[in-house]
Amino acid sequence: MFGFIVRRTLLVIPTFLAIAFLTFVAIRLVPGDPIEVRTGERGISPERLAEFRHQLGLDQPVWKQFIDYLWQIAHGDLGTSISTHAPVLQEFLTLFPATIELALCAMIFAVVLGIPAGVIAATRRGTFIDYSVMGVALTGYSMPIFWWGLLLILFFSVQLDLTPVSGRIDLLYYFEPVTGFMLIDSLLSDQDGAFLSALSHLILPTIVLGTIPLATIARMTRSTMLEVLGEDYVRTARAKGLSPFRVVGIHALRNALIPVVTVIGLQIGSLMAGAVLTEYIFSWPGIGTWLIESIQRRDYPVLQGGILLVSGMVILVNIFVDVLYGVLNPRIRHGR
Amino acid sequence: MKRLMGLLAATMLVGGLAAGAEAKTLVYCAEGSPENFNPQINTTGTSFDAARPAFNQLVEFEPGTTNVIPGLAESWDVSPDGLEVTFHLRKGVKFHSVKGFTPTRDFNADDVLFSFNRMWKEDSPYHKVSGGAYDYFNDMGMPDLLKSIDKVDDYTVKFTLTRPEAPFLANLAMDFATILSGEYADAMLKAGTPEQVDQVPVGTGPFEFVAYQKDAVIRYKAFPEYWGGAPKIDLVFAITKDATQRWSKVQKGECQVMPYPNPADLEAIGKDPNVNLMQQAGLNIGYMAFNVTKKPFDDKRVRLAITYAIDKDAILKDVYLGAGQPAKNFIPPTIWSYNDAIVDYPHDVDKAKELLKEAGLEKGFETDIWWMPVQRPYNPNAKRVAEIIQSDLEKVGIKANLVSYEWGEYRKRMQAGEHQMGQLGWTGDNGDPDNFFFLLGCDAARDGGQNISKWCNKDFDDKLKKAKSITDKAERTKLYEEMQVIAHDEVPVFNIAHSVVFEPVRKEVVGYKVSPLGRHEFAAVDLK
Repeated sequence: MFGFIVRRTLLVIPTFLAIAFLTFVAIRLVPGDPIEVRTGERGISPERLAEFRHQLGLDQPVWKQFIDYLWQIAHGDLGTSISTHAPVLQEFLTLFPATIELALCAMIFAVVLGIPAGVIAATRRGTFIDYSVMGVALTGYSMPIFWWGLLLILFFSVQLDLTPVSGRIDLLYYFEPVTGFMLIDSLLSDQDGAFLSALSHLILPTIVLGTIPLATIARMTRSTMLEVLGEDYVRTARAKGLSPFRVVGIHALRNALIPVVTVIGLQIGSLMAGAVLTEYIFSWPGIGTWLIESIQRRDYPVLQGGILLVSGMVILVNIFVDVLYGVLNPRIRHGR
Repeated sequence: MKRLMGLLAATMLVGGLAAGAEAKTLVYCAEGSPENFNPQINTTGTSFDAARPAFNQLVEFEPGTTNVIPGLAESWDVSPDGLEVTFHLRKGVKFHSVKGFTPTRDFNADDVLFSFNRMWKEDSPYHKVSGGAYDYFNDMGMPDLLKSIDKVDDYTVKFTLTRPEAPFLANLAMDFATILSGEYADAMLKAGTPEQVDQVPVGTGPFEFVAYQKDAVIRYKAFPEYWGGAPKIDLVFAITKDATQRWSKVQKGECQVMPYPNPADLEAIGKDPNVNLMQQAGLNIGYMAFNVTKKPFDDKRVRLAITYAIDKDAILKDVYLGAGQPAKNFIPPTIWSYNDAIVDYPHDVDKAKELLKEAGLEKGFETDIWWMPVQRPYNPNAKRVAEIIQSDLEKVGIKANLVSYEWGEYRKRMQAGEHQMGQLGWTGDNGDPDNFFFLLGCDAARDGGQNISKWCNKDFDDKLKKAKSITDKAERTKLYEEMQVIAHDEVPVFNIAHSVVFEPVRKEVVGYKVSPLGRHEFAAVDLK
């Protein structure tokens, strides 16, 4: 098991280098540079432009810039934002807890509803329940996040006045962030109603971000469950007279979950992509809008550093999933 | 028992204090996060709005207008040759306190010197802090204009200029000319954290900075010792980037004021009984320049023919969706010296054909129209505008190809004069006509300059230079009015539109004024 984890971790290094390189080149292929983007219609004199480009090292050949950048990262320095002059890592750490909080809630929402839905659909194959669950899942899967978010806000927030429109907590509450996770911070703050306010702000974004993973997980659970339910050992278990709940819930589900766990791991990546849109719609102060704006502003250090950190997280989660996979299926951890 | 009584007394005291301190809070749904909290190094309206509550300038714009009124300077004298401007500073003005800094002295001339020297003098210890780009200070030509800034005494500062410059005072009312605390800067330099000056603002303004969480919220509280009288509200910026969301929040009362509504929501906003839809002409112009150095645009008749051929009303209806007004002059009607006597050219296809025939181009010609790849306040959809113009020109036999580049590249190529016809626009900074007309002057017509029609008319340019050097407003007005006639006759550009700025404001808000400069200011605002 230990060897497996080490092997898996070593693979991360080339992946990281490749990501750093691709981001570095891609943002430089986008026409326009950070200084010209900043100046707008007013323009800038060629002398000042050259001076600022020199300051940022943009007058160097791209390969040299990349080597310098790698050297910098190797020293743990992700650079400073060109537009705000704050260290990239500092901005990331301020914003990332919000994204994690949202993504975690969305994932919990998706798993808690998705797996039972898939199991129910599989055990009632071909019935009305099966068709409805799969119909809803397909609709959910095809739902454009932007439209879905606006729809929920207009209905639940504006029409019914049940949930707040956007943000993480009612602005009446003010406390210094401790962990960056609003649910925890609001509890720590000891202010009446702060936690409920934070929770109510999470409902809609969680649903919006969780819908696609929910649909994916439900569909995946259903199809693997169907496969497993047809296996000999399930028939044997049934023949032994075990209760249907034990057969499905213990024997079948455990094996059916293996591919589902993979899918959940893969969903982390798309969850990050979905978070970008969800955060924008709900004015959620996470890293989504931060990254989008860094592209618009050609803020190279923010984009490079941000992508590197996010992909680092995704890679870590995937390693974790692989390890979990090994726990669920001994053949994998012992196999070569 | 004694302890219990003590506790009770303490509780009552705290309760009483809390009730006394409970102020009304206005929530403004801001459209984005600021880059930082120092207007000297900022370039965006969003950042200026975010920092403005904390600061003052020597002179300021009267809210809701472009008039220059006293700010931190109570009065000023201009020498007869216009080269020396002496400011008499206000006394007893307090700076804010923040965590880690409490001011020990009032505002004085040292703060003025520190603020300007930071932008101007390379030997200022702060010159390179936070990137050291003072874009507006440079754009407004201050390094060339300033000869010296001297402290005459603690409450008198003299600016000596290299030439008389009429818009100088208006420039000093702009955000970049904000006065920072020299004492705070010294303290932060000693503490080894000079960047903090740009992240945690300490100023003399109506609101004291409390906290900022990126992409979420900026908190200000009323500054009780504000020299202009303490504001009646505390101020919170709820950062909400999506326009439709901002409107939803205003509808629900989660915000009281919002900028930049979505044009598609305007009708619903107008019908909401709880909201006033305030509006004002934007301080901008969207236009299409003819490159007069290229054939056939060197011929005035061709430029005129195209002007007649284009259906401006169709553009306004189709692209601006009611959030624009047709432009007949290069400056918007909110700027003084706007020449309303000028009559815009009507849409007249026959006249256009006639003029082309006169110019020997009755068979038409092939040309290009450039459209910028970005949405701007003065032009929400340049591509659509280009398409309308393209189809209008086809009717008079001109085949126009649409051209565009990446935004930075686009401006660079256009300033180099590579285009034939191209769209661009301008948003004013200080309400002075010169701030628009310089774009049509000869200096800006050089290769790489901002005059993208490359039109250099001596008569126009002489008047432009003269108007900039004299301070008599009536005389300046006359010159600018004459310049508008010249520009109308010579058609270096086809004026498209000025945007109309809408701001939904909830009815409980009292005293809010829409700024012609596109600012969002709350010092004089109250809540019912």
